[in-house]
Amino acid sequence: MLRDITLGQYYQADSVIHRLDPRVKLGGTILFIISLFLFDSVIGYLVAAVFLALVINLSKVPFRFMIKGMKAIVFLLMITVVFNLFLTPGEPLVAVWKFTITKEGVRLAVLLAIRLSFLIIGSSIMTLTTTPNQLTDGLEKMLGPLKKIKVPVHEIAMMMSIALRFIPILMEETDKIMKAQLARCADFESGNLIKRAKGLVPLLVPLFISAFRRANDLAMAMEARCYRGGEHRTKMKPLRYARRDLIAYGIIFCYLAVGIVAGHYESILLSFIGITGGAI
Amino acid sequence: MQASFEQIVERGMIVRMPIILDKVSHIYGEDTKMPVKALNNISLVIPDGQFIGIIGHTGSGKSTLVQHLNGLMKATSGNIYFNGEDIDADDFNKKNLRSKVGLVFQYPEHQLFETDVFTDVCFGPKNLGLSKKEAELRAYEALKLVGLDDEYFYQSPFDLSGGQKRRVAIAGVLAMKPQVLVLDEPTAGLDPKGRDEILDQISKLKQETGMTVILVSHSMDDVAKYVDRIIVMNKGSVLYDDEPREVFRHYAKLEEIGLAAPQVIYIMKDLQKHGYDVSDNVTTIQEAKEEIKRYFRKGKG
Repeated sequence: MLRDITLGQYYQADSVIHRLDPRVKLGGTILFIISLFLFDSVIGYLVAAVFLALVINLSKVPFRFMIKGMKAIVFLLMITVVFNLFLTPGEPLVAVWKFTITKEGVRLAVLLAIRLSFLIIGSSIMTLTTTPNQLTDGLEKMLGPLKKIKVPVHEIAMMMSIALRFIPILMEETDKIMKAQLARCADFESGNLIKRAKGLVPLLVPLFISAFRRANDLAMAMEARCYRGGEHRTKMKPLRYARRDLIAYGIIFCYLAVGIVAGHYESILLSFIGITGGAI
Repeated sequence: MQASFEQIVERGMIVRMPIILDKVSHIYGEDTKMPVKALNNISLVIPDGQFIGIIGHTGSGKSTLVQHLNGLMKATSGNIYFNGEDIDADDFNKKNLRSKVGLVFQYPEHQLFETDVFTDVCFGPKNLGLSKKEAELRAYEALKLVGLDDEYFYQSPFDLSGGQKRRVAIAGVLAMKPQVLVLDEPTAGLDPKGRDEILDQISKLKQETGMTVILVSHSMDDVAKYVDRIIVMNKGSVLYDDEPREVFRHYAKLEEIGLAAPQVIYIMKDLQKHGYDVSDNVTTIQEAKEEIKRYFRKGKG
């Protein structure tokens, strides 16, 4: 029922990407997202596609897992594409009744669709190859300098890791309670909106109670082990950059540079491809 | 011996065999890298009025199995028949099935949500489309059947003790007047006294109503005293399906798969080892007592 959500889902595999330092993956993902907005050319996106394909291949995560995450934004994607297609002014291509599709509109719609789907795929690679614990560890380390200006970095990271940890637990719990109420002939699917919303009460009340109970238990367990927040806390496995991490950073910056430069000389490159294409 | 599926079809016994599982398999995560075969080719016949214990180690597939009985889970392959109808057929009324095969989940008290006990028990019958009066009547009957006193009826279910909450949850399923009652680990997390109380209550309920009861457990001691048939599950398959005393004969194999025969059987084995000629063909403390008494009487005579 609820198993299609890939957000924060980890896919176990043994790959270079899995072994990378979480900071590299976090930073890399952010840089990748920035690059998508920086590139404004077909060549740029071609470079991004090649880079993405390479990373997916290296990560050993089946491609359909990333597609699963896409399902959630299909609707959003459609709206963006349609609006851009019809509302961009420029040289008209096709005119149907009051709507005109322009050359610029097509270009923009396609680019935006690519941009959005790359964005989702790119960030799902990070969550699919990094455990939530690693992710928050990386985040805590990356935001470390902010401690100087009294930002409770450790607390934020701890909250994040607990929240992420609770997603699968609460999902399982929802599934269980849903089944238990279905066994009592509850109806979650038919009726109008109000009836359906009312139908959720037997699901939500037990779910909230169980969430509070679990939070309480966790707080108790943490206190029993003398948890006192981030002060003077050491790690069993502190994050340290290895050679592969530096290489990964290098590759990411190379990718950025290639993308930007390629975008800059787009017209030249395109005409070159055109010439060779024509020759063939 | 249980009649096989073919024999049953031949004899036209289907009507009196409410639940039939024919080669049912269930695979979790079929499209992932690590599919898990939770149920493997299970064929069972569950006739009316039996008291059945389903026993298995954690992860043996017993919970998965019982969720197939009321259509909450769909078999990957194989068919399940309820009163002769295929429950996966498109025109089959699942809601009706769920009211006829009442399933009480593990820790059922976690499903309670209403402001008072009585309203919560009314939830099931109301979903069946019964009138308010009829639903309340059924709720009252059900609460009486599980042995809850009137004084608790209008309290919040969250103020009750663990054992009482569980009774309320069981009543919530009973109020739908199921033909078959399935209880998944009804004693989990209860103290010995609470455990005995619940099991005695279920046994009493079975005698009073005559419905089929299926008790899922990982403890032989829990079920040996009550049931007249034990189904032992191991790694998604049925290992034994027989009367309790026949199943307990395989106590060595049971130990191998992480289960055990009831403790009295071990006592009788020890007695035999020390030269006392007692039979180990017992399942309850009562029977063991009689057997030991018989031995000494014979010894004296």
